[in-house]
Amino acid sequence: MEQNVKGTSRWSDERVEEVMGKLLIAGVLLAALVVICGGAYYLILYGSTVPHYRVFHGEPSDLRDLSSILKDAIRLSSRGLIQLGVVLLIATPIARVAFSVFAFARQRDHMYVVFTLLVLGLLLYSFIGGLYQS
Amino acid sequence: MNTLEFTLLIALGSFAAGFLGSLTGLGGGVVIVPLLTLVFHVDIRYAIGASLVSVIATSSGAAAAYVREGYSNIRIGMFLEIATTLGALAGALVAGILSASVIAVIFGLVLLYSAYLANRPKSESTSEGPPDRLATLFRMDGDYPTANGRQSYHVRGIPGGFSLMFLAGVLSGLLGIGSGAVKVLAMDQIMRLPFKVSTTTSNFMIGVTAAASAGIYLSRGYIDPGLVMPVMLGVLGGSLLGARVLARADTRILRVVFGVVIILLGVDMIFNGLTGRF
Repeated sequence: MEQNVKGTSRWSDERVEEVMGKLLIAGVLLAALVVICGGAYYLILYGSTVPHYRVFHGEPSDLRDLSSILKDAIRLSSRGLIQLGVVLLIATPIARVAFSVFAFARQRDHMYVVFTLLVLGLLLYSFIGGLYQS
Repeated sequence: MNTLEFTLLIALGSFAAGFLGSLTGLGGGVVIVPLLTLVFHVDIRYAIGASLVSVIATSSGAAAAYVREGYSNIRIGMFLEIATTLGALAGALVAGILSASVIAVIFGLVLLYSAYLANRPKSESTSEGPPDRLATLFRMDGDYPTANGRQSYHVRGIPGGFSLMFLAGVLSGLLGIGSGAVKVLAMDQIMRLPFKVSTTTSNFMIGVTAAASAGIYLSRGYIDPGLVMPVMLGVLGGSLLGARVLARADTRILRVVFGVVIILLGVDMIFNGLTGRF
């Protein structure tokens, strides 16, 4: 039965993996590009200051949750832009899992739709829950 | 040292870590935290946050090369990601309770274990027996390309593999590493997958596992943009270059050297953790 599903469906496992690979590369490249832009700007602004990582004080609240990071990035704050790149990077594997839900549904593989939704739920709980609760 | 010099040095160190990690198959993530804490005296919480972000970048970046070859098994990967994401959430929550010294000691022990795993002689032990009931139920058996055409394989030990994957997730969420060594162990030794299938499927899972705890680290303020920038870009660049060189490099000596470096870093982490220097 497995063979049959693979043979007739346009959404074979190989095809799904290929699309996933492209999705991941696109996400990483976009995230890296945003981080490079924000990073260059950050170094121009703060390059000659003294770094402070020896002591932990935690990031200010505007670099912790999604809506504040977006606001900072839109007004082109250098640290906000880097943080937006980080958010895009975290979102990349989550997008991959979301795409898998769709792909398994196209393959009519209901058991794996449920498994994948479970993983997606856990990821979104951390990503959105974590980013809004603070 | 000003921020510009500090950033360039960290980018250089991260590039080397990513390059060696990708060449030796150990991953750059395991040495980023010791590098940042022991060499650059960065607080371990910032270091773990930055490392976690770099792990997502390398896993997702490497996946494109792997998926085209058709080795990874997306069903096994997705099923086991239930265990690793649950573990990662638990690990990230526990990380908020434990003191920096305890985390450093656990990190050191994991480093020692990773060095041991990486240099242990490997024997391929694919399963020849009848199909496993659970594996059939979950439709996990598959095939992968070899020199003699596609070779099919059977999966077993699913409960054991699932449990070990939960542990891999906890370590990833607690220490900001990919836990690739533990993931491959679960799939090689317990589930009896062929090497190529377990390594590529593990790499596929690492990004999802790390993403599960990254949101929590971000909301706790552990992810500092000024530190993440050179670490993420350095490790990503280094690992992409490493993957290109890998095909024509003899990595035996390199694995031993990198293994020794990891052992020394592990001992140093444990010593500093026990003497309360974190």
